[in-house]
Amino acid sequence: MATKTVEFGVGPGREMGPGGVGTPSPLAPFDIPEPDIGTERMLINIGPQHPATHGVLRLVCELDGETVTEVTPHIGYLHSSFEKLGEYRTWNQIVPLTDRMDYLAPLIYNCAYVMSVEKLMGIEVTERCKVVRVILMELDRIFGHLLWLGTTAIDVGAFTPFLYSFQQREKIYGLHEALTGARITTSATRVGGMMADLPDGWLDQLLDFLDNFPKTLAEVHRLLTGNQIHIGRTQGVGAISADDAINYGFTGPNLRAAGVPYDVRKDRPYYDYETYDFEVPVGEHGDCYDRYLCRMEEMRQSVRILHQAMARLPGGPINVEDPNISLPSKTDAMSDMESMIHHFKLITEGIPAPEGDCYMAIEASKGELGMYVVAEEGGTKPVRWRVRPPSFVNLSVIPKLAEGHLVSDLIMINASLDIVLGEIDR
Amino acid sequence: MSDSKSPLDAVEEGPASSDGGDSGAQASTGSPDDHPTVAALLEAFPDEVQRYRLNAGDQYVVWIRPDRSHEILAWLKNDPEHLYDMMSDVTGVDYGGGRPVEVVYQMYSTTHGLALRIRCPLPLDALEIDSVCDLWNSANWLEREVFDLFGVTFRDHPDLRRILMPDDYAEGYPLRKDFPLRGRFSRAEQTRRALNQDVERFYLAEDLGHGVPQEVESAPSPAALESGAPGAEREGEQG
Repeated sequence: MATKTVEFGVGPGREMGPGGVGTPSPLAPFDIPEPDIGTERMLINIGPQHPATHGVLRLVCELDGETVTEVTPHIGYLHSSFEKLGEYRTWNQIVPLTDRMDYLAPLIYNCAYVMSVEKLMGIEVTERCKVVRVILMELDRIFGHLLWLGTTAIDVGAFTPFLYSFQQREKIYGLHEALTGARITTSATRVGGMMADLPDGWLDQLLDFLDNFPKTLAEVHRLLTGNQIHIGRTQGVGAISADDAINYGFTGPNLRAAGVPYDVRKDRPYYDYETYDFEVPVGEHGDCYDRYLCRMEEMRQSVRILHQAMARLPGGPINVEDPNISLPSKTDAMSDMESMIHHFKLITEGIPAPEGDCYMAIEASKGELGMYVVAEEGGTKPVRWRVRPPSFVNLSVIPKLAEGHLVSDLIMINASLDIVLGEIDR
Repeated sequence: MSDSKSPLDAVEEGPASSDGGDSGAQASTGSPDDHPTVAALLEAFPDEVQRYRLNAGDQYVVWIRPDRSHEILAWLKNDPEHLYDMMSDVTGVDYGGGRPVEVVYQMYSTTHGLALRIRCPLPLDALEIDSVCDLWNSANWLEREVFDLFGVTFRDHPDLRRILMPDDYAEGYPLRKDFPLRGRFSRAEQTRRALNQDVERFYLAEDLGHGVPQEVESAPSPAALESGAPGAEREGEQG
């Protein structure tokens, strides 16, 4: 039977024993028999169908007792080949594919895609369109974070925040529906503008949401932030250093929780984000608790941006006034010959792009969302449409984060990364 | 554009691919002085840089030869003048028509606030390039995805397996232009293969294919012995 040598001593920082801190114990080390327990590693499979994986994600864990020694994520169960489909569609026809990726914050994906195409084609959208898109993107940042908040709280046993956050999400669903007619599959943007301008009363509805939302957020704050159980489950769990976070490709709140103040809105600003007054919350420990704090604060900052954007929302047209890019109104297309021709050409052929490629990075709710489009001269369809999926890269870090933690912590780490499988698998 | 074809014809044909050879855009555009890294790259690796281009208004793209790509990328990451510490994206582009498949690196330097795109054309008969996993861990899954969807082999990648498509996917590389939209096999064949799959197979310990052999200190379990370690045969199918 194997034996283990046990040495007695006084641990650092403890003031006990005659000699004070760090005194070796007078007892001599001695051997105790160690029972011959099995050391076989156990494999446990989580998912693909499991509520705690937040989608069809499969995690195969190798366990030493209850400690995770290795995690192998298996993805692809939701692979829909969006990027391949995009090569067969004209620029505007791709928009409906984008919101099906991140169905938790669809408007951000709509906006990011058309921004990239517009940058490639050199189209400058109208001032009103810019501000409307900022409003929509910030609204959906709250939308995405709220889902993360509710489901993550449920993963650690707190049910109430789930109800609170989904009540608020329902309001945003209402706003989506009033704007686009759809609750999730919004498809709100078009190259050169929007599907439609904001409907009457929409801003009042948004203002109503903004008035009530911070109260709910404060309630959730009170329920979770100082909660001993929540702190115990999240602090020190899944921590990563700043350098590692960058090297492993973390972006978004996950990266900022590790202490790197990288926010695409600040560092590579688009749509005049540099003129909005908002803070980028940065954590210091890079653990699940800091990720929670970062997202909570980001929602408050998004409310600030929304108020500022509403205040500066200019009038004027929402679509660029170029008949080769924007569709004419239905009335014009039916009554005016020239408009009808433009309408016909745009629908049947699409918008020709210049030769080149364009990578447009924006700050989505999950992290840096990059839309990379490659076009050939005059191409009305992309040669390649690539989405740089933030969740995909964030999820790839999970083997490193979960190593050495308990299985229950793995669930918390997975939840804290805020993944959406529709975008990971594409 | 298709003149007298129905929309369905276009779907069957796939995206219009240019005819062989290079497009007319061989010449470099933009001025390398606008982007410090482009100028430095031209100076440090004059033979490796094929051309550079200014795209979409303010984005610099540099085409490099694949042979010393790892060296160049390591230099971009570690040189104090550049410090591209963030590998945002690794992806591939296939133009079709026999043109090379290009591997595209999107890099960003958090120190200098600069973004750069490196494109590395690989001829179709030598789709191999050095992995940059040792420099940026974020490249791990991204390179796996390029391997999975384009069939580009990354040398010295720690764990080069398919990632989005199933491990035993036999129809090829979906994002290549010669891959039909509906797959290579008929729908009947696809269904047959799905039904014939041994679903248990993906739940066996030996089948995980971590890249690292699993350490089992005691005797292997009876289930593993019975199945006769199917992991070994699967290795060959991957390439």
